[in-house]
Amino acid sequence: MGYPYSHDLEVGTQLSRHFGDERARTLEGWKELGGYATLPRALEMEPDAITEVVKNSGLRGRGGAGFPTGVKWSFMPKEPNGPHYLCCNADESEPGAFKDREILRWVPHLLIEGCLIAARAIRAEHVYIYVRGEFFPFSAILRDAVVEAYEGGYVGENILGSGWSCDITVHLGAGAYIAGEETGLMSSLMGGRAEPWIKPPFPAQSGAFGRPTTVNNVETLAAVPMIVAEGADWYRQWGTEKSPGTKLWCCSGHLERPGTYELPLGVNLRDVIYEVCGGAPNGKKVKAVIPGGSSTAMLTADELDCSGCYEGMAEAGSALGTASPIVMNEDTNIVSAMRRIAQFYAHESCGQCVQCREGTSWTAKILQRIENGEGTAEDLDTLYHLCVQMTGRTICPLADSVVFPLLSSLDKFKDEYEALIKR
Amino acid sequence: MGDQVKKPLHPAAASSQPFQVTDLRPTERLFDDPEGRDRLEKALSRYPEKRAALLPMLGYAQERNGWVSDENMAEIAGELDLTPAYVRSVATFYTMYNKHPVGRHFIQVCTCISCHLDEAEEVFERFLSETGTRAGEISEDGKYTVIEAECLGACGFATAVQINDRYFENVTPEQVPAILDELD
Repeated sequence: MGYPYSHDLEVGTQLSRHFGDERARTLEGWKELGGYATLPRALEMEPDAITEVVKNSGLRGRGGAGFPTGVKWSFMPKEPNGPHYLCCNADESEPGAFKDREILRWVPHLLIEGCLIAARAIRAEHVYIYVRGEFFPFSAILRDAVVEAYEGGYVGENILGSGWSCDITVHLGAGAYIAGEETGLMSSLMGGRAEPWIKPPFPAQSGAFGRPTTVNNVETLAAVPMIVAEGADWYRQWGTEKSPGTKLWCCSGHLERPGTYELPLGVNLRDVIYEVCGGAPNGKKVKAVIPGGSSTAMLTADELDCSGCYEGMAEAGSALGTASPIVMNEDTNIVSAMRRIAQFYAHESCGQCVQCREGTSWTAKILQRIENGEGTAEDLDTLYHLCVQMTGRTICPLADSVVFPLLSSLDKFKDEYEALIKR
Repeated sequence: MGDQVKKPLHPAAASSQPFQVTDLRPTERLFDDPEGRDRLEKALSRYPEKRAALLPMLGYAQERNGWVSDENMAEIAGELDLTPAYVRSVATFYTMYNKHPVGRHFIQVCTCISCHLDEAEEVFERFLSETGTRAGEISEDGKYTVIEAECLGACGFATAVQINDRYFENVTPEQVPAILDELD
């Protein structure tokens, strides 16, 4: 269940059931809790049969884009003419997102089991778990679990006597948000600057080390063992037709009970904010919510009656993203909040594309000027213009990530910008 | 740690050792002793290309020396068949590799959006005033460097602070003096 709080609306699947239980961190404890029960079954399955179950379950990528996981796996060549790789994206750095760290630090063996089953499905011989550098305490827990899993025969040569071998390496990043973009991650893994590359070639054709590669998010891979164990229909008892299953919601900002909760997809966003998280503390009203991590469009307090799933949040004019609502109460200075978000992206732009490098940095500077009371009416026009220039014109979506919250804040809270300009 | 018998490092763990640590053992060169050779060889064994050991080795340099010097970059370049210029281009891309020495306690205060909505700026200012430093500089006694950090991924536990390889969460400005006391 959730951490540090839990709630009745939650579904406690294997994903979150053992959050907060230190026994789950050790191989012995994890086995007692029923762990590593699915791996032997997966070892007896044909790789394509595993992919088929995951495809039928409708599981979608939990890193933000929501691409169907089984479909992604099916792009991998069926008859390898050399090594395949699986990269587990644990570079969780989107402001607002802190769900993967709970998996890393509470149920590392669940992630390992998910990685192995996925690796078997895509015929990968090596899994690289790319963890953001700052996560030292959590990557240490994962690292120790991987070593234990090697010693227990769950990873490495001839896994559980099956004749199938697969290695896992935990690889630390070093403070680059853009390494969370899948091609940026592979650039970084290969010893380069974490610069994304233009697709095609797609990772399944030519990814890490020029070989077919699949990149999956931590939460995606951690959901795989239970799906393979219980079946696609079981997983579809939650969620919607297009967004099946459960999702970790990590909620932050002005909330009575911030934290991570496992909720069915399709949950009403208003219920997440008010029922599960208890609304804003000290009787304050909620002013705005950024529902899917800082790169998604802001919603006002009146727009929260929407279905918390991929299609529902898109209908509401925003995105589910990583399901990381950031809640702002009535006292929040929207311009200041937006300025801080823009500064993040300006800092994290890799600098390859002009629209992003210049756009993010000028956005941050102009917002700072407005916040300081030195803005002009022309600045608002410039910001709108930047939004156009920064959308859809770059190698990766980092520039777009500023546009979504910026444009929505300009449209929905224009009075706040204008008040600061007139001052 | 000192007198306990340590297990040999498992190769799977060679690329994931914490590299912002308090127990520094500064050494000029990285790969002249058995420990350095062991780390290099184990990291190399995990990848199909030598270059992929670059980030792990930059981390290793910082783990030993507290920062990554030009000399260390050249040494890594030599081992991995890269140019020093290339290694520098990578090392400077990543914020976590310190290109200059830092205080023994490297304090990073997250001021990104969720912490900004909390009291991050006040926490940051309090760390600066308590340590008597300006952002990024080393305190006179060599103990502290304080900087602002971009999102530390602990948004539900605002304000988040990282000191070397440790996380401090739900930090308020009032707690800052006690946190500093606890560091020594």
